[in-house]
Amino acid sequence: MAAKLILSMDGAVIKEYPLNKERMTIGRKEHNDIAIDNLAVSGEHAAIVTILHDSFLEDLDSTNGLEVNGTPTKKHFLQNNDVIGIGKYKLKYISDLVTQTSSADFEKTMVMRSPPKQATPGENKPAETPGFAKVPSGSKPANTEVVEKTGKFEALKPTGPAASGQAAAPVTPSVVAKPALQTAAPQAAAPQRVAVVQVLTGPNAGKELELVKNLTTLGKPGLQVAVLTKRPQGFFITHVEGESFPLVNGQALTNQAHQLNEHDVIELAGVKMEFYFKG
Amino acid sequence: MKITEALEIFSQTHPGMVRSHNEDSVACEPAYGLVVLADGMGGYNAGEVASGIAVSVVVTEVSHGLHDASPVDRDEASGVELGVQLLRDNIQKANASIFHAAESQPQYSGMGTTIVSGLFYDNRVATGHVGDSRMYRLRGEVLETITRDHSLLQEQIDGGIISIEDARLSKNKNLVTRAVGIDAEVVPEIHVHDVSVGDIYLLCSDGLNDMVEDDDIQSTLYAMQGNLPLAANQLIQMANDNGGRDNVSVILVKVKGKFSVPRGWLAKLLAWFEK
Repeated sequence: MAAKLILSMDGAVIKEYPLNKERMTIGRKEHNDIAIDNLAVSGEHAAIVTILHDSFLEDLDSTNGLEVNGTPTKKHFLQNNDVIGIGKYKLKYISDLVTQTSSADFEKTMVMRSPPKQATPGENKPAETPGFAKVPSGSKPANTEVVEKTGKFEALKPTGPAASGQAAAPVTPSVVAKPALQTAAPQAAAPQRVAVVQVLTGPNAGKELELVKNLTTLGKPGLQVAVLTKRPQGFFITHVEGESFPLVNGQALTNQAHQLNEHDVIELAGVKMEFYFKG
Repeated sequence: MKITEALEIFSQTHPGMVRSHNEDSVACEPAYGLVVLADGMGGYNAGEVASGIAVSVVVTEVSHGLHDASPVDRDEASGVELGVQLLRDNIQKANASIFHAAESQPQYSGMGTTIVSGLFYDNRVATGHVGDSRMYRLRGEVLETITRDHSLLQEQIDGGIISIEDARLSKNKNLVTRAVGIDAEVVPEIHVHDVSVGDIYLLCSDGLNDMVEDDDIQSTLYAMQGNLPLAANQLIQMANDNGGRDNVSVILVKVKGKFSVPRGWLAKLLAWFEK
């Protein structure tokens, strides 16, 4: 099942378009795959290049530009539920792979190779995929690859020419863009409460160390190290190296990780620290 | 320093939180400074079979080849070092074994595997890899990948089609462009890198680097460099805490001293007495 775009205006759905071609164009003129007859839309306004499961939107130097989720953009790597805005029109990108295959199947590693590579041992063909293994920037890779499944992957059955109309057929972009993509890295939901350790004794007394990273090091590598790790179930302290084991509430750690409770007092190399949540 | 003293090696593998069985295989031969990791693919248990064949062929054959020869010996015809030659030849040999097993037994049809291997000798490491299993190097505080994935995504990154940041969001992560055992022949990618004392090398299956950000891998290796078993355990735990959607395997190699190959008759004689 292909990813699709749902065209709407003022909340009313006009049409659905499956992304079943390697490159689909959006524009006012009739020859576009997604033709929107409105003067705010340029003749050739934008294109969407799809490579297997990934789709990239790019502006074709349109007069009025593009928005994705309300932000003007020239180029964008589409994510499920993104809304592309062109004038008054909205195109919602739906790519819900979970409904297409079971996630376990989806994540199985598969091998891509070109169709004539059904090499029998006698044929002695080189295993490297010609024209694909080392594609220089700007060139167009050979368009003949099929995906050969080695796991169970229903959506990506080996495709012959007959299946080329399906979205599953791997496509390669004919337009190679500069990597000036806007990043849309997902931020993990910020935790409401920040865990900190506050130094209680010694010259650094009063200093706070926020445990924002997944792994925070206490001490010096090579000498005496303990780490504080952030896990889904909470924070843990683990002795890594050094002669003395850290104490938590006066008890020496073992080789096991020890889960910290709020207001636990850690003692490492004579320095006491308190663990608690802030905010 | 003898290689067994110069290198500390630790490996660990885990099926992850989702998969019922583990298709990864790892093997080490400390006497020859050899580490091999493979991530198999294929239905039923064919993935395990493929990765198992790959590591056992490479470990057995490379060790055999080094039994009474030095990895720095050069092939007279090609001028290639024996260490490099052995890695290349035996990844190809593993390829042929898997390919023939898959052809002769229908339940193994289409099985294949990635492989990443390192042969440490003479203050260097020769790496041989196929597919998207990786080798990283921590030197000082800097973590780098020293292998380049044979994957669609890496090719898209190389071609400027997708940025490294966006690549993390790609749904095409699971497509390798080269694998061991899929075709009659394979071209392993071989490189030789100089090794420094203090370096830590990490070989891993994509179950690690798909689930754990490079920054977290770096901070783990850096903080836990004094305790390799704990570092390996922490890496696997982070992959599992983040979902553990795939098998996850790691091999850690820490360089504790120099390991030059003895040269000249006196050095060779002394080395012979050390045995």
